[in-house]
Formats: sequence, structure tokens, C-alpha cells
Amino acid sequence: MQRLADFKLPQFFNYPPYFTLQPVRDTREKQIQLWKELILDYCKSQKIFLIGVEEDFPLFSNSAIDRSLSHEARETFLSAIVGEGRAEWLDKGHRKCLVLWHRIQDWADIILQFVRDNGLEDSVMTVEEIRSGTESLGTELQEIDRTILMRALKLLENKGKLALFKGTSADDEGVKFSV
Amino acid sequence: MASGSSSIGIGGLFENAEVTTSGRPVLRRNEVECFLLSSVDIDSEDDPPRFTALRSGNLILTTHRLIWIPSQSNGAVPSSVPLAAVTHIYSHKKSIKSMFHSPRIRFQANPGSIVVTIVFRGKGDFDEFLTKLWECWRGRAWEEEEKSESETSRSGSGTVAQGLYGNDGTVRMVGLAGILRKEQEQWESTDKSLQDAFQDLNALMSKAKEMVSLAEKMRQKLLSAPSSQNGSTDDEEMGSKEEMQQWMLSVGIISPVTKESAGALYHQELSRQLADFVRIPLEQAGGMISLTDMYYHFNRARGTELISPDDLWQACTLWEKFDVPVMLRKFDSGVMVIQNKSHSDEEVMSRIRMLVTKTETLKVGVTASDAALTLKIAPAMAKEHLLTAETKGLLCRDMSPDGLRFYFNLFPEIDPTNIHIVNDFGTYGEWIKATCLMSV
Repeated sequence: MQRLADFKLPQFFNYPPYFTLQPVRDTREKQIQLWKELILDYCKSQKIFLIGVEEDFPLFSNSAIDRSLSHEARETFLSAIVGEGRAEWLDKGHRKCLVLWHRIQDWADIILQFVRDNGLEDSVMTVEEIRSGTESLGTELQEIDRTILMRALKLLENKGKLALFKGTSADDEGVKFSV
Repeated sequence: MASGSSSIGIGGLFENAEVTTSGRPVLRRNEVECFLLSSVDIDSEDDPPRFTALRSGNLILTTHRLIWIPSQSNGAVPSSVPLAAVTHIYSHKKSIKSMFHSPRIRFQANPGSIVVTIVFRGKGDFDEFLTKLWECWRGRAWEEEEKSESETSRSGSGTVAQGLYGNDGTVRMVGLAGILRKEQEQWESTDKSLQDAFQDLNALMSKAKEMVSLAEKMRQKLLSAPSSQNGSTDDEEMGSKEEMQQWMLSVGIISPVTKESAGALYHQELSRQLADFVRIPLEQAGGMISLTDMYYHFNRARGTELISPDDLWQACTLWEKFDVPVMLRKFDSGVMVIQNKSHSDEEVMSRIRMLVTKTETLKVGVTASDAALTLKIAPAMAKEHLLTAETKGLLCRDMSPDGLRFYFNLFPEIDPTNIHIVNDFGTYGEWIKATCLMSV
């Protein structure tokens, strides 16, 4: 089966009807499910956090069978993911989609685990360090999308697990854990 | 021989000719004018002259007489000589002398063998006159007249017909009125012969009825005979049977139900007749036929008294009320078809399923025309069937610049929670094999 980078594509990726938005309701629901799973799987494996609807997202076309998703189909599938809380539209025009292959809550849990694993319960770190510091190497937090990270941190702040504070510049935003 | 006398000379050769108040000669029964010349003298050649010369008058040749009418009222009396009295017409010799003289005709007449000379001093076609004179004289029209006159005189009414009406009251064929009268009589006789012809036509129609009832019997026989699907019968038989069916189709209707014959029950009767009729076309079309195709078939069979599309549609909608084995069905797209009640979608679905699960069609799918060819139905019908199959979840669609194609629907077989798993026993597996085979 084909690969996109190091991602193994499922067999049905070569099934031409897969790329046509199905009019019959039951068939369409099945199709949506398959696209949801595929997109999330792919984004997770490739650590993709952002999809531009009009951009060349590799999954949206298959040159082997000469098919690609229409704009309507793309929006439909992404909206379905948004509806399940696994993605968010970043603009009203539905052009950019933030993919949450981990939900924000999941990320929050990952951060907490990260803090425990590294003994950072009472420490202070910059936000940037969380995503690109040595501790994050090889973890899921490495190169996490900033927006998502901030959302997760805010969530934890609301739960009293940490405190966010501004630094001298935007890059200096910091976190004080009190896990 | 009184001079200045208005009457003629000897022997009654010349008769007084009756004229109308406007100077036209009164013709006798069956007498027809043939020629008219003006400035004509009638002289006697004999010496002494045997009759008073008639000077400067119009000479009228008829089928019966020569009539001379004076052009001026100089006391002369209109006179006539019956052609019957003419015994000899002298031949007209053209000589140098005659070139300088006015042309003249001489003839001899009884009683008394009087020689008469007609001098033509005016312009006019003298040669034509002469020809006509010979014709009329030879024609002897008065002889028939004499026969019928002798008969009528025996019966006691010997008066000569005068004026427009003849002795027996019938209108005479005289002049313009005569021409019109002749026309009228001709039309009446044509009309009568047409009526007779229509009698014959009715006879022909009743023969045609027999022919059509024979056709109907044969059609019944064909319908009841089992139609073999496996094609094991020899080709000739199948061919002639199909020919028969086609012919049956075109003479299938005996007496078309018309609005007159069925009156208020028109639509009901039409509905029943239609239900009978549709059986053969339905079979030929594989159990389903569009309303427009049926409209064509039905009207073609009727020949005359065609029904409107609206009448056809109404007749079909009435089927619900009767116990007939056919029904009208409307698709979402608006297409209306007639189908056998026994014909179920299941049958068509299974045929489609068989088609799309073949190795080749698994991989490339089917178009409406592919399906039409394989299922042996019209492309529009094929598309409807494919769409129905899609709605039922048997097929799904593939839209591309190449057009619309339908595939066996694999979506239900794929597990979304584990998208890489393939069920060994499903069509999904078959599809994968098919695509691998082809792409090698």
C-alpha cells in the first residue's frame, strides 16, 4: 500500500468513491467516519496541527487514481471532526482548521504527566521551553502547536495547577507549576 | 310574289324564325348554336329568283337550322332554313375570281330543289363556318328530335319546346344556364357514386375487422405460450416469433376506445384497454417501460383516434382502482414508468449486484450506458435503476471529469475503528484483489 512520508495509507484510499461526497445519508455517514479517522491518524503521526482547506493537504488528493476531494467535501469532513470536538475552525470562513488529534484535556494531562516525569512540580518554566526544551525532546510535547499549548495551560490554570505570567516579551511567557 | 311582303317566296322553304324581344333567336329543344356571322345576304341563284333575297343580316348556324336575322329593321322578317331540308352543299372552289368576291356558299334545298347562295360580306371566319356547316348538316341532330317528337305527338303533346323548360318540365341545356345545370347534374351523380363507394368501403372495413380479430387471437396464443429465456430454441423460431410480436403490437387494437363509444366511462375503459395492451411491450422492455415509450407504442397501435399524453397518464393513475397487474411509478427525478406489479426491485437489484461484483466492474465501476447494455434496458431506465440501487446502499458513486460511475458499496465493510483491517470474506477483499491484478 502507498505511503505518505512514513504513514501507511489504508487500502480504501484507492477506492474512487472515497473521493466523492456521497449523497445517500447512510453511505455518507460511513464515509465521514473513515475520513475522520484517516485525517486524525495522519495528523497525529505527522504532528500536523493545522489544515488549510484550500491548501495542498496530502490526504485530499490521490494521484494514483486521479481523484481529489471537492471543496465541499473537504469542508464537510473537517466540520464533522470539529463537531466531535477533535478540531476547531480558526476563522468564520472555514478556511483554517486546528486539528486536535489530542483533545485539549488530553494535552493538559500530558503536560501534567510531563511535569511529574521531570520533577517540575514547583518549578518555573517558559512556555517555549515546554515545547522545545531538552525535557520535551522525544515526547509528544515536542513542537506542539503554540495555540494548543496555551489552551491546555489555561485549562490547567483554571484548575489551579499552574499560574501563567507574562515576561518582558511575548516569548518570555512563563509558567509556575503547583501540581 | 308580293313585293315588300315580309314573308318568303315559294313552298315554305323559309320559315319564320321566332326571336326574343332583344333579337335573339328562340332555339328549339336540344338545338344548340354553333356559329354566328354578320353582314350576310341570302340570294336565290335562279332566274327568275325563287325567293326574295334577304339582305344584310346575321346568320346563325345551329345544330338544326340556318337562321337569318335582319340587322336593321327594314321590314324583313327573321327566317330560317331547316338543315334537314338541305339536300346538297356545293363544294367551295377557290378561284382567282373568288378572291375578289365575297365568299359564298351554295346549297340546294327542298322543297323544290331551290339553290340558295349565302354571301358573306362581313369579316368572320368563313372557313370555320363552312366546316361547322358540314358538321351540323352531317350531324343530323333533328333526326333524334323527330323520333322523340313523334313519340310525344303520339302521346298527344306535340308542341315544340320553347323557352328554358322542355316539354317534360326538365330544364333545357341552353346557354349559360345550360352549362350550370350540366355542372349541377354532374355533381349530383358524383355524389351518388361516392355514396355507393362508401358502401363498398364499409364492406372493406368489416373485412378489416375480421383480419384484426384474427390478429387478436394469435396475440393471445403468443401471450400464453411460454417464452424461453435460455435461448435454447432455434434462432429461426425465435426470430419469427419476435416478428409476430412486432406485428401483433401494431395491429393489437381492434376497436379503439373513443370518447364517443365509451362516453363518461372513457377513462375507465381506456384504462382497462391500456392495461391489456401494455403486457407485451412491458415484457419486451424487461418489466419496466417509461411513460413516453408507452405513449408511442399505444398510439402507434391505435393508428387513429390517438390519445393525448394527459389521457394516457390519467388512464394509468386509474389502475390503482382496478385489479390490474400493472402499476404507474414515479421516481424522485420525476421520470414516470409503467411496471409489472410482480416485477420487484429485488430482481433488478440482484442483476445489478451480479454486474458490479465482477472483477472488472469492481475495479472500474459502471456507467448508466454500461448497465443499459448489460441489463438490456434503455439508458434512462438503467440510470434510474442505478440510482435506486445507490439509495438502497448497494452502490455508491464516483464523480470525476470522466463522468458519473457507480461502484459496489464497500463502505459498510470497512471498520472505522481499525482502518487497516480487511475482512477476508467480504467484497472489500475481492476489490483489493481486483485492483492489484489490474495494476500489475
